[in-house]
Amino acid sequence: MRNRWQGLAMVAPSIVLVIVFVYGLIGQNVATSFERVTQKTFAGNEKVVAQGGVANYADLLADPRYQHALWNLLVLTVVFVGGTMLFGVLWALLLEKGVSGEGFFRSVYLFPMAVSFIASGTVWKWLLSPGIGDHEAIGLNRLFLMVGLPGLQSRWWTDPGPFNMAAMALPAIWQLSGYVMALFLAGFRGISDDQREAARVDGASEWRVYRHVLFPQLSPIALSALIIIGHMSMKTFDLIYSIAGQNNYVADVPATLMWVQLFQQRNAPTAAANATILLLIVAVVVVPYLVYTNRTEGAKGR
Amino acid sequence: MRLKSLIAAGLAGMIALAGCASPGGQTAAPTGGGGATTPAAAGGGDVGVFTWWAEGSEKVGLEALQKVFKEKYPKNTFVNLAVAGGAGSNAKAKLAADLKNNNPPDSFQGHAGAELFDYIQAGQIEPVNDVMDGLGGAKVFPKNLLDLITVDGKIYSVPSNVHRSNVVWSNPTVLAKANIGAEAPASLDAWLADMQKLKDAGVQTPLAVGTAPWTQLHLFESVLLSELGTDGYVQLFSDGDWTSEKVKSAVDKFGKLLSFANTGGADDWPQATDMVIDGKAAYNVMGDWAVAQFTEKGKKEKTDYLYWPTPGTDGTFLFLADSFTLPKGAKNASGAKDWLNTVGSAEGQKAFNLAKGSIPARTDVSVSDFPAYQQSAMKSFQSDKIAPSIAHGAAAQQAWSSDITTALSKYVTDKDAAAFVTALGAAASKNR
Repeated sequence: MRNRWQGLAMVAPSIVLVIVFVYGLIGQNVATSFERVTQKTFAGNEKVVAQGGVANYADLLADPRYQHALWNLLVLTVVFVGGTMLFGVLWALLLEKGVSGEGFFRSVYLFPMAVSFIASGTVWKWLLSPGIGDHEAIGLNRLFLMVGLPGLQSRWWTDPGPFNMAAMALPAIWQLSGYVMALFLAGFRGISDDQREAARVDGASEWRVYRHVLFPQLSPIALSALIIIGHMSMKTFDLIYSIAGQNNYVADVPATLMWVQLFQQRNAPTAAANATILLLIVAVVVVPYLVYTNRTEGAKGR
Repeated sequence: MRLKSLIAAGLAGMIALAGCASPGGQTAAPTGGGGATTPAAAGGGDVGVFTWWAEGSEKVGLEALQKVFKEKYPKNTFVNLAVAGGAGSNAKAKLAADLKNNNPPDSFQGHAGAELFDYIQAGQIEPVNDVMDGLGGAKVFPKNLLDLITVDGKIYSVPSNVHRSNVVWSNPTVLAKANIGAEAPASLDAWLADMQKLKDAGVQTPLAVGTAPWTQLHLFESVLLSELGTDGYVQLFSDGDWTSEKVKSAVDKFGKLLSFANTGGADDWPQATDMVIDGKAAYNVMGDWAVAQFTEKGKKEKTDYLYWPTPGTDGTFLFLADSFTLPKGAKNASGAKDWLNTVGSAEGQKAFNLAKGSIPARTDVSVSDFPAYQQSAMKSFQSDKIAPSIAHGAAAQQAWSSDITTALSKYVTDKDAAAFVTALGAAASKNR
């Protein structure tokens, strides 16, 4: 009995902190998102900044700029998740075969993760500079000129096309592929060699060993990698802020738009509505995953 | 038992740490408070001043002002709360949060004009009529500047300096390649023709422009002023039509200018100005703080660089001004007033503007103390028509200029002029 109270006393502070600073603030945010705000303008008129109630959400969803930001987010997430998974698995496979100097390669691949998005964004801003042609190309475009491949020059994320945000995913892929590699490498190492031996004795080709023996066992790792990368992509702010600058329509995603809405348009309810929708989008991805892990782990426990 | 001893040890450690920390804190407070002998009530104490002047000539200017403050009001201690970052955008976000949380600095920098209006509406700053009257008020500050910081008869800030935004900086060596003389083109069309000549003569980038959206807005406001004329331009912010033919033609000419400009390689204004300094580009439109960049690189006026008002805007001073405020709930209001008195004094304005490269907001500071560019700007400011800058918060409040910037950054990418004009109209009806 005494032990039980002791346990509760140990966790109580963190429970209280989580209730106040996570759920309390989410509640505050949702409450703000329904507020009505009017403001006197410099020209002397009374203007409605946010109508209040559900209309705040309706107005936000109807705003073409927000729709553009959502589309950008979709492009960014698809390329970011696809790219990191591809390179992560690829590097894990290469290392898993047992190269000499594995430790060195592991740190080379993992190192970018230690750099903050703001710092790497400053460098990538230069690498992804949109100038084309001999007189203004710098960064990657200059590299392409120097190696004699001028056709590869690109305007990167400033391209007017609908898929320009794919370029913005490049730094993100560079940064997080190593992390996915580490996850998969740990997964590969966790599978005992007996299983591969058994498959090889049965006459399975190397491809079939991976296809039917190793990969199926890695699906929980793939799922958690997907979730982690996916939710990171959805809340990306710092990378885009440091590369595109603030209030740059071309590179808008909901998180950067929220900054503009709150600090430049001084429209707290719309920014809060934007935040709430972002929370819901992330929840759509994360909640099923939590339910799934809860179930599988619960089954293991019994 | 082990757990308990662990907790006990942890608590003891925390107490020990707190014990170590508090003497340091106690000794820090009086020194920060301007000497233990000076009670705060006697007009001393810390004066926290919030700016975005963290680098370059701006920082030097602030330091010069700080020196005057120290001489005039030795009881006060200046506390620099500057937040770095392009054109004050990071600082403004930090300031907005601080003001909202009732944790204001003792004084903060704001762009005179519409941008200050946001703070006035939110009830975050106090009128400073008494300070202004003490400084000489309308006798020493120009009327059009006072109008911009006055709301309902109350003055809400003390202007420290004035900048001109519609200035073209150019490189005579590059111009000579296309046999273009040192005189300013008479109009935007003549200027565009010169750019074509430069291009034909092999100059790849006649016009340098930064890719940061605000630097593009900075160029656009000059073009708007040139096409609409001073009265038409000023009217845009009261009841003018943002979808008129004249605005359309301004957008059209802005597009043509961009076709002569670099599309990358210069993020912010310093890199774009450097392109002119290094002879990679012929022209750059930037505020007159650019003169500091030329001076710093050892360039000489007339031989190394030229400047004129943006073609078509001669006779109009497209201006912006920095000013300092008294926030509501400032911890040391009397110290803040001492600071405002320093900012508004002739002495303070001379020290600050000599260092920063801008011109004094007061009209009674001796012209002869300033270098050539500033002398010419001081003369123009007294004789020219005055128009407010959009990019620097004088003409439109932040929400509006933010909407204009968005529309502009979209146009720079997709070059859809019709959509740009529609968006400008929509921004006006939303924010006016």
